[in-house]
Amino acid sequence: MKMNSTDNLIRLSNGQVLSKETIDGDIATINFGPTHPATHGIFQNILTVDGEKILNSVQTVGYIHRAFEKLAERRPYNQITPITDRLNYCSSPINNLGWHMTVEKLLGVSVPKRVDYMRVIIMELARIADHLICDSIIGVDTGALTSFFYPFSEREKIYELYEEMCGARLTTNIGRIGGFDKDFNPVFHQKLKEFMRTFPAAFEEWNGMLERNRIFMDRTRGAGPISAERALAYGFTGPNLRAAGVDYDVRVMHPYASYEDFDFIIPVGVNGDTYDRFMVRQEEIRQSFRIIEQAYNNLPEGAFHAEVPEFFLPDKKDVYNNMEALIYHFKIIMGESEVPVGEVYHSVEGGNGELGYYLISDGGRSPYRLQFRRPCFIYYQAYPEMITGSNISDAVITLSSINVIAGELDA
Amino acid sequence: MTNSELSQAIYALFGERIALSEELYDTLVIEVAPKDAYEIIEQLKQDPALSFNFLTLLGGVHYPEIEGRELCVVYHLHSWKNALRLRVKAYLPAEQPSIKSVTSLFETANWMERETYDFFGINFEGHPNLTRILNMDEMDYHPMLKQHPLEDATREDKDDRFFGR
Repeated sequence: MKMNSTDNLIRLSNGQVLSKETIDGDIATINFGPTHPATHGIFQNILTVDGEKILNSVQTVGYIHRAFEKLAERRPYNQITPITDRLNYCSSPINNLGWHMTVEKLLGVSVPKRVDYMRVIIMELARIADHLICDSIIGVDTGALTSFFYPFSEREKIYELYEEMCGARLTTNIGRIGGFDKDFNPVFHQKLKEFMRTFPAAFEEWNGMLERNRIFMDRTRGAGPISAERALAYGFTGPNLRAAGVDYDVRVMHPYASYEDFDFIIPVGVNGDTYDRFMVRQEEIRQSFRIIEQAYNNLPEGAFHAEVPEFFLPDKKDVYNNMEALIYHFKIIMGESEVPVGEVYHSVEGGNGELGYYLISDGGRSPYRLQFRRPCFIYYQAYPEMITGSNISDAVITLSSINVIAGELDA
Repeated sequence: MTNSELSQAIYALFGERIALSEELYDTLVIEVAPKDAYEIIEQLKQDPALSFNFLTLLGGVHYPEIEGRELCVVYHLHSWKNALRLRVKAYLPAEQPSIKSVTSLFETANWMERETYDFFGINFEGHPNLTRILNMDEMDYHPMLKQHPLEDATREDKDDRFFGR
């Protein structure tokens, strides 16, 4: 920031020029991040503020860049799943299963109906967990710590369900190319039933703390708004776009995993502000719960994986007793499975929007090129526009309400 | 609208300027000359029947073996009206990897072009702020190019000869 006293103008670091008469107090530069309790991740915003009002913001991203796209060019297909965990780590099962579906599309594998339904259950559980965290963090940033702790008992149940399926909680590595490594076990069934019994009441109890709370509404309404036109120009997808009033949802426009079988609505907002984003996510949690109920109650019989021996690990006892199983086991572990040449784009509706995988295969053991469409990375560039002219405290809740996850942002 | 109808509509609009068009895994892929890319994408966006209103993804690919076409910029366009995706590719020579920026059509391209510049060194002409985004500013190479191995080439403690690497 340079002061130019001769002509009574102030030039900001983004080139914007302001007349001194329009400035109320002193202009200051504040580092919001990289490590700040309110950024919920490592990213820096250099704010130029006039008193409390934000004039300009410059972002720095890439603090936790781990070169996932480069790493993927050296890994066999089944070893890329753990990389996808670490994108949006609040809903890693969606990332994992999206990747499996991408590879299946490349291989031309069609999975049994039961696998689709199992995937839908897992993905919608993940969406609930993702939105619970995001919405409760909006509560924290408005000063309501209680509303942060309440949903954790429910999220814990979802994480226990993940544990039953894959043994992990956060970075799940759930499922396999072709389906799942095992069927829902009796404990999973029992825990899912228990979750379905208790969740609606627990959710509404928590929701009641925030939804019509006078303080919460006053803080969040009108904070960080974005119009539908601007949101589209910036490539918003997911709840943030829907909060601005556009009903785009990958699950409906390009159904995958049998989403066309389920009855659910896409909630949309009006103003695109923090309150609308909160409300859209809350309604999506209810809709996700409806989808889980429908999928679980109509869970088809059948196999829990497709017949893709080149990619689906055989049972360990078969490896010891059956030559084919031993060969396939060796090929999968060593990454020697045959992959067709081709390129494919597949996307799923992630916690934050359209999560896409652009995969180019040259027939080798690893992808020739793998590019992730990371919704956070794409919409976070709108953040300066959303907070310019607002207060610092509004910038904090805007950041939490657009749910920027550092892992997905920086890849 | 199906992919074949889309393909016909695109040929009717642009004719000879479409170098190649094929359907790969339910997506129509067209190849255009880098100098035409901006104009074609603009028309695809503005044409009322096609209305490719959304830029889903923009990125680069490196093909070191193809002489004169070493770098490729891939645009994923999405028409919400027709629920159709379209992949537009433009190949660039490694000596002068330069293409017109589409930031004036889609603001969302801003960071995606910066990322592509960062990873592949592709120069997007007319970009408002073409600087590195994920890697540090001091970096003096573009890491996604194939000549840069993932692992340190000076390592001697690993022998991957037998594992097809």
